[in-house]
Amino acid sequence: MQIPIVEIYEIINKEARKGGSLISALEEIQTRYRYLPREALILASERLDVPLSQAYAVATFYNAFSLKPKGKHCFQVCVGTACHVRGSPQVLDHIETKLGLKAGETSHDHMFSLETVNCLGACALGPIIVTNGEYSGQMNAKKSDTLLRRIFRAEGLDKNE
Amino acid sequence: MSNINSSVELNAWRAELIKSYAPDRPLITVCGGTGCRVYGSEKVFNAFQEVISNQGLSVSLAYNVKETGCHGFCEKGPLVVIRPQGTMYTHVKVGDVPEIVTAIAEGKIVERLLYIDPQTDEVIQNEDIVPFYKNQQRVILDLNGLLDPLRIDEYIALGGYSALTKVLQSMSPEQVITEIKASGLRGRGGAGFPTGLKWELCRNQPGDIKYVICNADEGDPGAYMDRSIMEGNPHRVLEGMIIGAYAIGAHQGYVYIRNEYPLAVKHLIHAISQAEECGLLGENILGSEYDFRVQIKLGSGAFVCGEETALIASIEGHVGEPRPRPPYPSESGLWGNPTNINNVKSWASVPIIIDKGSDWYSSIGTETSKGTMIFSIVGNINNTGLAEVPIGISLHELIYDIGGGIPNNKAFKAAQIGGPSGGCIPAEHLDVPIDYKSLTSLGAIMGSGGLVIADEDTCMVDFARYFMKFTQEESCGKCVPCRIGTKAMLETLERICAGEGQSDDVEYLIEVGQAIKLSSLCGLGQTAPNPVLSTLQYFRDEYEAHILEKTCPAKVCKGLITYAIVAENCPGCMVCLRNCPSGAITGAKQEVHVIDPELCNRCGLCMSLCKFDAIMVT
Ligand SMILES: Cc1cc2nc3c(=O)[nH]c(=O)nc-3n(C[C@H](O)[C@H](O)[C@H](O)COP(=O)(O)O)c2cc1C
Ligand code: FES
Repeated sequence: MQIPIVEIYEIINKEARKGGSLISALEEIQTRYRYLPREALILASERLDVPLSQAYAVATFYNAFSLKPKGKHCFQVCVGTACHVRGSPQVLDHIETKLGLKAGETSHDHMFSLETVNCLGACALGPIIVTNGEYSGQMNAKKSDTLLRRIFRAEGLDKNE
Repeated sequence: MSNINSSVELNAWRAELIKSYAPDRPLITVCGGTGCRVYGSEKVFNAFQEVISNQGLSVSLAYNVKETGCHGFCEKGPLVVIRPQGTMYTHVKVGDVPEIVTAIAEGKIVERLLYIDPQTDEVIQNEDIVPFYKNQQRVILDLNGLLDPLRIDEYIALGGYSALTKVLQSMSPEQVITEIKASGLRGRGGAGFPTGLKWELCRNQPGDIKYVICNADEGDPGAYMDRSIMEGNPHRVLEGMIIGAYAIGAHQGYVYIRNEYPLAVKHLIHAISQAEECGLLGENILGSEYDFRVQIKLGSGAFVCGEETALIASIEGHVGEPRPRPPYPSESGLWGNPTNINNVKSWASVPIIIDKGSDWYSSIGTETSKGTMIFSIVGNINNTGLAEVPIGISLHELIYDIGGGIPNNKAFKAAQIGGPSGGCIPAEHLDVPIDYKSLTSLGAIMGSGGLVIADEDTCMVDFARYFMKFTQEESCGKCVPCRIGTKAMLETLERICAGEGQSDDVEYLIEVGQAIKLSSLCGLGQTAPNPVLSTLQYFRDEYEAHILEKTCPAKVCKGLITYAIVAENCPGCMVCLRNCPSGAITGAKQEVHVIDPELCNRCGLCMSLCKFDAIMVT
């Protein structure tokens, strides 16, 4: 994957001029590219004058940051308490089996990422799955299957075969 | 909307606004909280606007449509309330909109969308008498269903910022503190520290630079009242912060808010800029000598950042690790300056106390715990939602009168109160009043109001394992007892759930748990063992069943259950066989199928698919 170094540098520069912190610069980059390329950490540490070790510490401490690129389709399964009690572990299990991924992983072809999140504040509809930013509520293994199949079909894949 | 230069001007503007905001004017409110949005409330709102403005109907309607914050009864969303009558419609879909509008025009009611009380089968028309609302006392959430959160003028028309004018016109900072102290308000972020006293400590610190912070990190997974307040009534939080900052002598405030709450962030940013435009934030607020600004800081997803010292480190741009206290933030907080940090609900209570007086506020609640508390009732409960109640009501009232009891005729097993730092309360203690003192004596805590209901199908060992996994993952790793201790406890619990428990595991869990509580650096570690210790206190028999008999009584723990076909019920329809992800089911059409326990990964898909009750768990 081509790393857009110039663009990243501009983001960091802008934050630096605003007097912004390392975290806000990294948040900007994470939002734009959905991960923090290695180069971004190095650039941020140089431009903002913080040790690279600290940039790495911040990048690995907060859940919002990822050091690996995310897949084209991102599934987030809520594992908050309300969703847990209503059966999110079974849903997660099922999706893990279907995608052949564990939570937190991205497929080699960068097609799918599977993540868990803690409470999205929609507990009344749990278990919740967010697919590419779109919420689906009252999930179970069967409904999650339908959800997956729709995306497989759109991508011309048939994981059932 | 323009800059308001004095309290007198603001009051005059309010008087003007009230004329056009008659409380009895015809109004359709659509809940636009995060929960209802997941159900599609935005589309419903748009449909109302379209139908009413197009008037493709034969009638003309002088109704306004408004998208409000969370009404609280999330279970029944999207919620639509027709005012002033207060007719409440549940699960409203786009297709229902024309029918509702026609019914309003004809003075009728759409019966099929009304709420039906599951306990009595009674159809209830009016929002106020739905048991979920009737038994609440909505003090902080009172305006959530009425306000358009994006409009400051509505908040002002409904009495907003009148507490601020009162303070700036007639109260010294000391008087404000005295009033808050007299109200008996205790911090709603978990620890329950008296708010007025905290302000006083910060005010009395030397130094010109002081800060106030609103803690909107709301990390308890399964609680979302702070989110609903910020989404539904952001100005009340700001008003509370301005008053508090005035009392303390701070000129800069921060709201530290979770990144996972995009709508709340949006509404808050909007509210801040409106308040700035009106001269309610910035220099010389309402023409006084007083300056105050508020900035937003986004949390990046770390539970421990809700802890005050970690939160401060995070705002400073560091890794969000807590540090030992003292010094407390009121002595040395943000960039080493005296800092007062309060929870969203604490800040939101302030304008109400100033407006209605400390006597009024302290008349709600119990001897030692004043005011109201908002609970998010979730899990195995009929009426999932947010309920605001006077402190001191019983858990029984909360679960049965407001929460509507347990769905599917299951039995209540336990209520986990206080989130991952809290403990569970079993059926025998349901009548206990919910206040700081009684909960602590039962091994739970008030926490920030998360209330998760577990029914008979919940395995308490697995439940405890769940919370331990959460805190173990969220432990920042700075102190050894929390980092290693939670890991050790989690591994033990995982072993027990996998059917590999050993006879001394329970003693080990208690010993390690006590040690973590005593020796951890911050509240995260000091409370992390609570869910395990309290389930051990009340459900020790379940632990013993797992460890000694190698069974999971609730049939949840995968290592201890097997799926099998009930031969007499199985018609041989092939559905489970075709869908089994591990190919563990064999058989043929119209022949009884068989599950191979070796291949079966216990996902339970077959059970959820089978229409003939032909799958059982043992
Ligand atoms: C691990 C941990 C997480 C916390 N999370 C929150 C939170 O999400 N929101 C909150 O207001 N307080 C939280 N607190 C409590 C804060 O440290 C602090 O006591 C509180 O914000 C003070 O406000 P109050 O006096 O209004 O309650 C947390 C504490 C700990 C130890
Ligand atoms: S626990 Fe999943 S949305 Fe709250």
